[in-house]
Amino acid sequence: MPANRFNGFTEYGIGIGLRIPHYDHILTRKPVVDWFEIISENFMVDGGRPLRVLDQILDNYRVVQHGVSMYFGSAEPLAREHLRRLKTLARRTKTPWLSDHLCWGSVDGTYTHDLLPMPYTFEAARLTARKIREVRDFVEVPVCVENVSSYAEYHVSEMTEWEFLREVAERADCGILLDVNNIYVSSVNHRFNPMDYVENVPHERVAQIHIAGHSKYRKYILDTHDHPVIDPVWRLYETAIRRCGPTATLLEWDDRIPSFEEVHAEALKANRFLQAIGAASPARQQSAPAEGLLVTP
Amino acid sequence: MARAVLAPLGPGYRMRRHAPSGGSMRRYAASFIKPNDRLTSFERLELYNRQYWFRVLSCFADDFPGLRAVLGEKRFDRLAEAYLAECPSRSFTLRNLGSRLSAWLERNPRFARPHPRMALDMARLEWAQVVAFDGPEETTLQPQDLAEGFDPRMKLRLQPYLSLLAFEYPVDDLVLQVNEQARDEESASNAMSESRKQISARHFRVLKPHPVFLAVHRHDDSVYFRRLEPEAYRLLAALRKGKTITGAVGEAFTDSAMPVGERAETVRDWFELWAALGWFCRPAAGPAAA
Repeated sequence: MPANRFNGFTEYGIGIGLRIPHYDHILTRKPVVDWFEIISENFMVDGGRPLRVLDQILDNYRVVQHGVSMYFGSAEPLAREHLRRLKTLARRTKTPWLSDHLCWGSVDGTYTHDLLPMPYTFEAARLTARKIREVRDFVEVPVCVENVSSYAEYHVSEMTEWEFLREVAERADCGILLDVNNIYVSSVNHRFNPMDYVENVPHERVAQIHIAGHSKYRKYILDTHDHPVIDPVWRLYETAIRRCGPTATLLEWDDRIPSFEEVHAEALKANRFLQAIGAASPARQQSAPAEGLLVTP
Repeated sequence: MARAVLAPLGPGYRMRRHAPSGGSMRRYAASFIKPNDRLTSFERLELYNRQYWFRVLSCFADDFPGLRAVLGEKRFDRLAEAYLAECPSRSFTLRNLGSRLSAWLERNPRFARPHPRMALDMARLEWAQVVAFDGPEETTLQPQDLAEGFDPRMKLRLQPYLSLLAFEYPVDDLVLQVNEQARDEESASNAMSESRKQISARHFRVLKPHPVFLAVHRHDDSVYFRRLEPEAYRLLAALRKGKTITGAVGEAFTDSAMPVGERAETVRDWFELWAALGWFCRPAAGPAAA
């Protein structure tokens, strides 16, 4: 996997999100997995079982932190307590990079706990980039921003979403967590060609890729992370790794979570595309025979 | 936009027709959100409004299943909507969503009618469980440390994750029933679980007042609650307030009916148990340190 300064010069393979229903399986059977992604906020606690489980995971696996409430795009200043806890956790996990979303979600200290879309303006890009740099400088770990799924667009936007992502990433000099499912969801909701998005992001900044499933409704698509990855999303993934190189890849499955084996098998389907460009996840060779996780390319 | 997203939903869990600042929500949404060929600006904004409420209501219900059982579905939903409208999340984590519920219930008992005290007791117990689950833990004072360095002038500190609660109703019994019911429902059909909910709600409504003193704590990363004698509760509460051991023991047995001859041994047994459970923290410095 290509190492770059946005992922701490690491070469991670195919990971899955660490979720509570899988704790027992992971801790007792210790399946071979390249890496786990954790939701930072779930472990930014003071004690108890979450940290105990995390420490057990860290004994055996590489962990990368992914946040959901830093809100780089909110107008208010970063919360110092949030930053302090994030840094404490980053020291514990030794995450080579950390990520959060290119969105807003809090106003005057009130949190929506949603990933609200940003107005794609130069002013918003400037403010957002400044906050990303603040987080990176405080936590002292490379930061990547993730494109979100969205259901609304603003009149005031001055550019496309991918132009905005490029503008922010270059101003902040940060990495990108490219979520190809989110690109697909937004492309259907806003009627644009998702390949235009994948082709036009600054590929050299992509440090990680997210894949996931979603839910289709009559008039829109919701990013629900409760289904397998659909073929059009796999095609976006294929294009992304051809442009970016074989990049650390993570499957998100957050609702109606099936067995660990099923989730891991879905993630390892990425190998068929990685092999096509001459790379495959080490977990494929190591874990599949024992765990029965091989997926026919 | 945030005010519109956070605004309570209207009938049928749809976005309200009036914007929070007055005027038409349709006009408000159209002023900043583009429509597309399938959705109006109003409908696009409504997606976020509904998702916000479904998320926080679901999270709140997960944290307070006992309160839901006490009040029943409809009353609980009304309470949740009113509480979350007045006390939206002020934390980066949804874990803290219920942190202000007890104080809010004391100010708004009408949402917990006809059992406001029972509901308040339950809310306090369920929040204490959240604190016990992942609250901070300080270096534990081991039983041998306590025995070796015992000084009646010591000001023992209690673990921050430990909550001491005095209830008018034995709501701890209800929590056990709710937990048991939840376990049963995991393997039962929907029809079965519906009938169990009704039985349970009727049972809760006839619960008789009975004073209960409780410690909610964790041990080996699991959350437990333990009933305390009134004197034990007063002793621990006095220690938490910063009293010395001597002062706390004196406070504990004020107006106590426990025979004087039994008290010394009882107190020794309590301290041994509490130390074994890891409830005491190492004092900051020196034997008489606060």
